[in-house]
Amino acid sequence: MDSQFWTYLLVGITFTIYIGIAIWSRAQSTKEFYIAGAGINPVINGMATAADWMSAASFLSMAGLISVLGYGGSQYLMGWTGGYVLLALCLAPYLRKFGKFTVPDFIGERYYSSNARFIALICAIFISFTYVVGQMKGVGVAFSRFLEIPFENGVIIGIGIVFFYAVLGGMKGITYTQVAQYCVLIFAFTVPAIYISLQATGNPIPQVGFGSKTMDGVYLLEKLNQLSVDLGFEKYTDINRTTLINVFFITSALMFGTAGLPHVIVRFFTVPKVRDARISAGWALLFISILYTTAPAVAAFAKVNLINTVSNARYADVPDWFKNWENTGLLQFDDKNQDGVIQYVADSQINELTVDPDIMVLANPEIANLPAWVVGLIVAGGLAAALSTAAGLLLVISTSISHDLLKKNLNPKISEKGELWAARIAIAVAVVAAGLAGLNPPGFVAEVVALAFGLAASSFFPAIILGIFDKRMNKEGAISGMIVGILFTAIYIFYFKPQLGGPGTPDNYLFGISPEGIGTIGMFINFIIAIIVSRFTKPTPERIKQLVENIRYPK
Amino acid sequence: MKKKYWKQNLIYLRILLTVWFICSFGFGILMAEYLNNFYLGGFPLGFWFAQQGSIYIFVILIFIYVYLMNKLDEKYNLKE
Repeated sequence: MDSQFWTYLLVGITFTIYIGIAIWSRAQSTKEFYIAGAGINPVINGMATAADWMSAASFLSMAGLISVLGYGGSQYLMGWTGGYVLLALCLAPYLRKFGKFTVPDFIGERYYSSNARFIALICAIFISFTYVVGQMKGVGVAFSRFLEIPFENGVIIGIGIVFFYAVLGGMKGITYTQVAQYCVLIFAFTVPAIYISLQATGNPIPQVGFGSKTMDGVYLLEKLNQLSVDLGFEKYTDINRTTLINVFFITSALMFGTAGLPHVIVRFFTVPKVRDARISAGWALLFISILYTTAPAVAAFAKVNLINTVSNARYADVPDWFKNWENTGLLQFDDKNQDGVIQYVADSQINELTVDPDIMVLANPEIANLPAWVVGLIVAGGLAAALSTAAGLLLVISTSISHDLLKKNLNPKISEKGELWAARIAIAVAVVAAGLAGLNPPGFVAEVVALAFGLAASSFFPAIILGIFDKRMNKEGAISGMIVGILFTAIYIFYFKPQLGGPGTPDNYLFGISPEGIGTIGMFINFIIAIIVSRFTKPTPERIKQLVENIRYPK
Repeated sequence: MKKKYWKQNLIYLRILLTVWFICSFGFGILMAEYLNNFYLGGFPLGFWFAQQGSIYIFVILIFIYVYLMNKLDEKYNLKE
């Protein structure tokens, strides 16, 4: 049986499971729709958070990026995990005690201002929407590459599935499907990794195999360093001093951004108690770390395998998978010196092979000669990662509209039933809008997804932290901090991203910081502005001081 | 009484976040080049912290925090 058959089978089975769960866990009230009735077990919530968090980018693209960047890829590994320490220690328990439905809810009440709530909801929608469009695109890509279904139809199938379980089940349906999706994606990611670790080093644990000796008695990383140097690249494990400052700032923007992303924060509203919120963050990071510690191992193994297979190989003798991936455009061979041999080297004048980083995960099973069902598993896993993240983001968009905008701003007298319907309609519209944008993506979507973190770091993170830890922080301070922080970050990004039509060049970077890392500076600006403004304006009202006092204690 | 609980919480935060910073930004980035002179099996140490060690430490830090805070909740009778 070929991989096509297995892909159809595994994708079919997993989709049936998601739909079954959706029917079983319909939401009956707004509380169930928004926060799953605040009745989710902390371990279950940890698993759902992990799936919510790990997107198509984590699953399909991250290992490939690391294999290209070597040590430089560490910024994604530390950046996308370290934020959970901040969430667990500084945000989740207090926001759970506050006990409302959304992040704009917190901003609006803590800063006693519907303007603050409005700004927060605009930020939440903007961040979530750019992010979700990328997921929809990922779904289309997974279908089109493996099942030979046109890209558009792939996106439409994705819309249909998310539409069904998000509209029906709200947060409750999304939570339980995310648990299933976590199981699918983590299984799909680790099985091939175990296989290739065994093949290369004889050790079944990729995290250990990655630091072990290969069959010929040389440490894998030493071998990879040697291969890299031979081909004219930098040593894989070496630290490039000129980019170190960027690694620092990008890591920190990703960490603080993680802690400020509304779709992650809102997951901690779904557990019953404050102590559940704390431990739930621990479970979430534990589940996430399984993938995040495996990915760098996959990156190293795949790179060794790729170099060994293609470097100086005769083009006529390359394995079938090489030609298959050439057809998709992810591998490109251009025989510059017409010798029929593949030169894969650092020097772009001589190099004849262009490798899209995504291939490191996608083609990994074929490069390592794994059984056909593993290929199907990768596709099902990639779809699970994209769909689970998309659903969580869509929920944030819909609650921002039905709860924060409609119920709290426009029509406070709306009935419970009316609000639930509004939430369903909002999520339905959001799914379709995201799908349409995914079908017709503006060229810069992929760029903007990574930048959503900078925007979250420079807007929400300081406003929430100060709201909890600084009683003197007032609405004037928080609002001006958020506005200046996010505007500074957004303008810098637009100015320096050629993909967004910006005129800036890397030579003019502020302190050499690239747009991906600028959120860190935006965050500090937000903090400083907020603190200065708050010290020169009216003090916070007594009832708000009481509110802050109240969220600091579990009981 | 409650004030003391909050103060103790802030002390825990300071200690744990210092460890968090040193292990990731310190060992994984700023000191990584120096640490790469040492080896852990086949891993240069700075590289290991950046791609493996820091993540393990993050997980452990959260569970330590949970343990400390659960004890503190009980001590101050703030357990839900």
